Order: sequence, then structure tokens, then C-alpha cells
Amino acid sequence: MSAVPPVEPPLVRVFDLAKTFDVSAPWLARVIERRPVQHVHAVDGVSFSITRGKTLALVGESGCGKSTVARLLVGLLRATRGRVEFDGIDAAVTLRSASALALRRRMQMIFQDPYASLNPRWTVADIVGEPIREHHLVSPEPDGSNRSVRLATRERVEELLRSVGLAATDALKFPHQFSGGQRQRISIARALATQPEFLVCDEPTSALDVSVQAQVLNIMKDLQRTRGLTYLFISHNLAVVRHVSDQVGVMYLGRLVELADKGELFARPRHPYTRMLLDAIPDIGMSGRARTPVQGEVPNPLSPPGGCAFHPRCPHANERCRQQRPALLALPGGAVACHAVEEGRL
Amino acid sequence: MTAVPTNEGTRTVRPLLQVRHLRVEFESRRGKLVALDDVSFDIAPGEILGVVGESGAGKSLTGSAIIGLLDPPGRITAGEIVFDGRRIDNLPFEEMRRVRGRQIGAIFQDPLTSLNPLYTVGRQLTETILAHLPVNPQQARARAIRLLQETGIPAAQARIDQYPHQFSGGMRQRVVIALALAAEPRLIVADEPTTALDVSIQAQIIALLKRLCRDHGAAVMLVTHDMGVIAETCDRVAVMYAGRIVEIGPVQSVIHHPSHPYTAGLMGSIPSMDTDRERLLQIDGAMPRLNAIPSGCAFHPRCPKAFERCLTERPDLMSAGPTRAACWLTSATARAGT
Repeated sequence: MSAVPPVEPPLVRVFDLAKTFDVSAPWLARVIERRPVQHVHAVDGVSFSITRGKTLALVGESGCGKSTVARLLVGLLRATRGRVEFDGIDAAVTLRSASALALRRRMQMIFQDPYASLNPRWTVADIVGEPIREHHLVSPEPDGSNRSVRLATRERVEELLRSVGLAATDALKFPHQFSGGQRQRISIARALATQPEFLVCDEPTSALDVSVQAQVLNIMKDLQRTRGLTYLFISHNLAVVRHVSDQVGVMYLGRLVELADKGELFARPRHPYTRMLLDAIPDIGMSGRARTPVQGEVPNPLSPPGGCAFHPRCPHANERCRQQRPALLALPGGAVACHAVEEGRL
Repeated sequence: MTAVPTNEGTRTVRPLLQVRHLRVEFESRRGKLVALDDVSFDIAPGEILGVVGESGAGKSLTGSAIIGLLDPPGRITAGEIVFDGRRIDNLPFEEMRRVRGRQIGAIFQDPLTSLNPLYTVGRQLTETILAHLPVNPQQARARAIRLLQETGIPAAQARIDQYPHQFSGGMRQRVVIALALAAEPRLIVADEPTTALDVSIQAQIIALLKRLCRDHGAAVMLVTHDMGVIAETCDRVAVMYAGRIVEIGPVQSVIHHPSHPYTAGLMGSIPSMDTDRERLLQIDGAMPRLNAIPSGCAFHPRCPKAFERCLTERPDLMSAGPTRAACWLTSATARAGT
């Protein structure tokens, strides 16, 4: 290809992604107690794309399927339906083929809990060096000695640690010698070891204190700028999302209800659920002001309401909302799945 | 040791709770760890005091000390806690048990672990009511249903006979609030009551807590790490760092015009919904561990404004405009000296 396309195609494209988990009782219990087979639709037809070098944030309350989307994207879970395209190639197919390693190298994940995601019996050098060894990212010297590989790996680890604000000497320590924020930096260093283009961050700061969260968010932003990283950022904290993202997707019970540019979403939220979420944030600026109390709770995902899943909590719901499930409707600056918006009632 | 009450301006009402020079220590194999050091504050009747800080600052410990539920080996080694004119930190266990529940209610972070999974919600509520109030079982049950209704549980009549696992997280926290209010306590110690909940539920619970405490005239000590919750709920706020209060004052002043560099850093590090910043303000480093609390002001290794005096001398709370801050910068002499 010699002609440069006018618009760069997105790095990540997700089409109608769905994941169903079987949550039935054990077989014997089903037979004896005549309990039915039960499925939960954790993710139900989610589509989006992420431009290279940008951040898409997915927000929603617990159980809305945002973490499942993250796991589907990196291939930790296999999708029930739908397709993930990474730089034009089908990720699910590639990850089962011989070229899986090459693809895995290009996308990495940062997990929520920095206490659970690092092996406590490995040193930091082992942890951060594992992807380098696994992917043979350090080529042996012409003489083929193992020693040079080890040294080069070590140098690379130290360089990575410095890039996330840790000291090179930290490589010899074990995870328990670090605080939560430092551990999360180690996770980031490990994720960066393969020089990925795409990072999936599943609530990377929700286990951290605010001052430490600021440190980690700053590092992530710096890395994005210097390395041109693309992020999928999963969070339930809208203030954090507003700080890091370029585009925001709001999820409710496994579906995307609104997808919009950050500025648009926060200035003019369209879906009633987005408005409710924004109203619910306790904010320092609005000290003393009363906020609109949010009604109701997220329904049980095992038996989601028919029609629009949000209708029992929605102040604008009508008969159509109870019957018919709204599709994601493209609007200038975003897309929204709401009958009321479509009909101009809202 | 006669504690000299520090006067926080002139108050006409006697404080409901006075904490004076509270010190909590943990005996460990490697020596004594001082978890709370010289913590003093008041709560007026009907007031909501927020206690904010990062993990390990000692905010939950302060709450546990007040309700007399410090986990051993932690114990109060100095100072006193006075509730309604009566000292409660040295009460025998049984006597303290009567104070707890009747006079001081408690709400904990995790609504699942603070309810007994083997008893129905109604039994737990009526048990508490019967233990503290002179009523018969029928009246106690009626009161329990009323409490559940007040906390916004739909179909309270039916749900009272259900078990905690049949309630969702938000509903459970409502039950826990009902339980805390069951005996009409005058003070409620709420330790991270919304941390385990989703944002949309969090807003409901905070509004509920605020309304009920106003209706019942209860004062609240609200322990949380969420500045947003503090800003919306509290009258005054105490900021804790490494086992000490570093700043205390009216919530608006502390949030918008913080005097202590730690408070300022904490506020700056919170991503805001109002302003766009490319980078968040960050306080480098982390809170010191209990076995390695720095000399002088515990914040000095992380403080951008630290000077020689901070390294050696520990500042006490000093008047800094509308708030009081433990920082040498706020003392006039220091400012003249630098």
C-alpha cells in the first residue's frame, strides 16, 4: 500500500460482541430440584472502535459487563458472538493460530488489584522480565551466549522500571516490599515490556488512594504521549474517566447505552442513565448543593427487564420502552440507545 | 494527667463528644507502634464531622476507639473520650456495651459482614430494640418495620422476615442504617458506609443518612476517603495523616482554602468534574509506615514547602484562619522567619 488513507482506520474495532456465561446449578441439583439452566448475558451486543493513540473509557456500575469486555478484547475469554478486530485482523482467530504470540505482544492488560496480579514469590526483575523472555524480545549476541541475553533482559527491565518512576535497584525486591501504587507501576512496567500498542486497563486505580491514583494516572498519560499508546480504560469513577479519556462508553446490564466524545458526554449527556450517573457523583465543587437522588438499583442480571433494560428506573419510560429494546442510534458526536431520545421526547 | 481542653472557638452548646489527646498503640514483636497520636476533636450535638485520610492514616481506628471496639493488641494508652460529659474510654466492657447501640450507633463499610446471615433482618432489628428500649416484642417489631420504611425499603412488612442474603448491597446498607438508628442513639460512627456501593446507590445512601440523622437529631462521625462525600455531607472535616489530625475546620474552608500542604495536595490530586487539567497534582511518595514515622512533622519528606523546623519539631494544631492546621507554615513566627 503506497497511498496513505485520508482517515486512519481505528486500531481496535469491536462488532456486536457478546458473552454468555452458564450460571446453572450443578447438573444433579438441576435434576433433583428441577432447576432450569440459567444463562447470564454479561455482554450483549457491544460495538465500538478505538482510534490509534486515543483512550476509550467504559463506565458503568458493578455487573454491567465492562470487565468482561476487557477480558474478551485481550482474549482471556472467548466471545459467544461477535468479532474483535485488531489493526484489521480478527483477534479471536489469530489468537488460536500460530501467529498468536505476535498479536499478544501488541496488546497487554493492567489489572485492578495490584496485590493479586503480581506473583509474590517472584522478584520484580522476574515479573517484568517474564514477557521479555516469553516473547524473546532480547536477541542473543552473535556468539549466542545466554549471559548476554540475561544481561540485556536485565537492562531492559531497569529501563522499564525507570520509565514508570521506580528505581533500577527495585528490580531485586519482591512485591510485598512495595505499596499499592508502586505495585501498580510494576504492573504497568510489565505490560509495557512487550512494547504493546494497545493497553487494556481494568480499573487500574480503584484499589489506590487518591494521591497515589494521581501518580498512576499521570504516568499513564505521560506514557500515552511518549509512546503513542491506545487505551481501553475501564472504570466506575466518572471523574477519573473524564480526566483520562477521549471517548466514553456507558454500559448498563451488558449493553452500551451511550457512546460519545468526552466533552459531548459530560456537557450534554443524552441517555437518562448517563444523566443519572452524572447526577450521582459526589463532587467537591458542588459542595452543599443537593443533587438529584437516583432512583432504584441495578436489576438482577439473571432476569433483566424486557425492552430497554433501564426502563424500571427511567423517568421517561413509556410503553415502547417496556416492549422494544432500543438500538444504538448514531447522533452527531456520539450514539445513544434510547427511544425517548430517538423520538425527541428528551 | 489533666487534659487541657483545646477551645475551638466559643461554643454555647456543650460538645456531645470530646476526644482529648487520644493515643492508640499496638504492641508488636518489634516494639510499640503508635497508630494514633494526640488526636483531639469535638462533635457538637447534631453535627456531622467528616474524617478523611488515605489508608493507614488512622481514621477508622479513631472510630473504633470511640465505640470501644479496638481490636487487640491495639489499646488506648493516653488521652480520654468524653461522651455527653461522661468518660467512656475506661468503661468496663458490659457498661460500654450499653452505651454502644443505645447512645452511639455504628455503621460499617461492608453491609454483608455487619449483619448476621443466620438471622432474619427483623430478628436482628427487634433484638437491638428490645435490648435498649423499654418496649414489648410487638412494639419492637412495629418499630423495626417503621425503621425499614424510613430507610426506604419497599414492602418493609414482607421483607422484615427475610434474611440478609435476600437483600442487595444497597438494601443491606439500608438495613444496617436502620439497625444503627434502632435505639435512637445520639451519635453515629459511620465507617466508610458507601465505599462498597455503586455510585448510584452511594448517592441514595448518603442522602438517606443525612436525612435520618437530621430527623432523629443524631450527630455523625463520618469516616471516608472520598472527599466528594465529605463535601456533600459534612459540617466540619478533620484530615488525618499518619495517625494525627493535620487539619480540621469547616468543610468549605478546608476544601477550598486548605492550610496544610497535605490537604492542598490531597485536594489537587482528585480528578474533578469541573476543571480540565492535563496533569493531576501529585504528592510524591507514600504515607509512611507506622514503624517508620519521620521525625518532626510526619509529612515533611513529601512536603514541597518543608524547611528545617519541620524536620525536627512536630507542629500541633494551630489556628489558620477559619481552620486549624498542624503546620509550621501557618504559625506567624515561622512565616516571619522564612
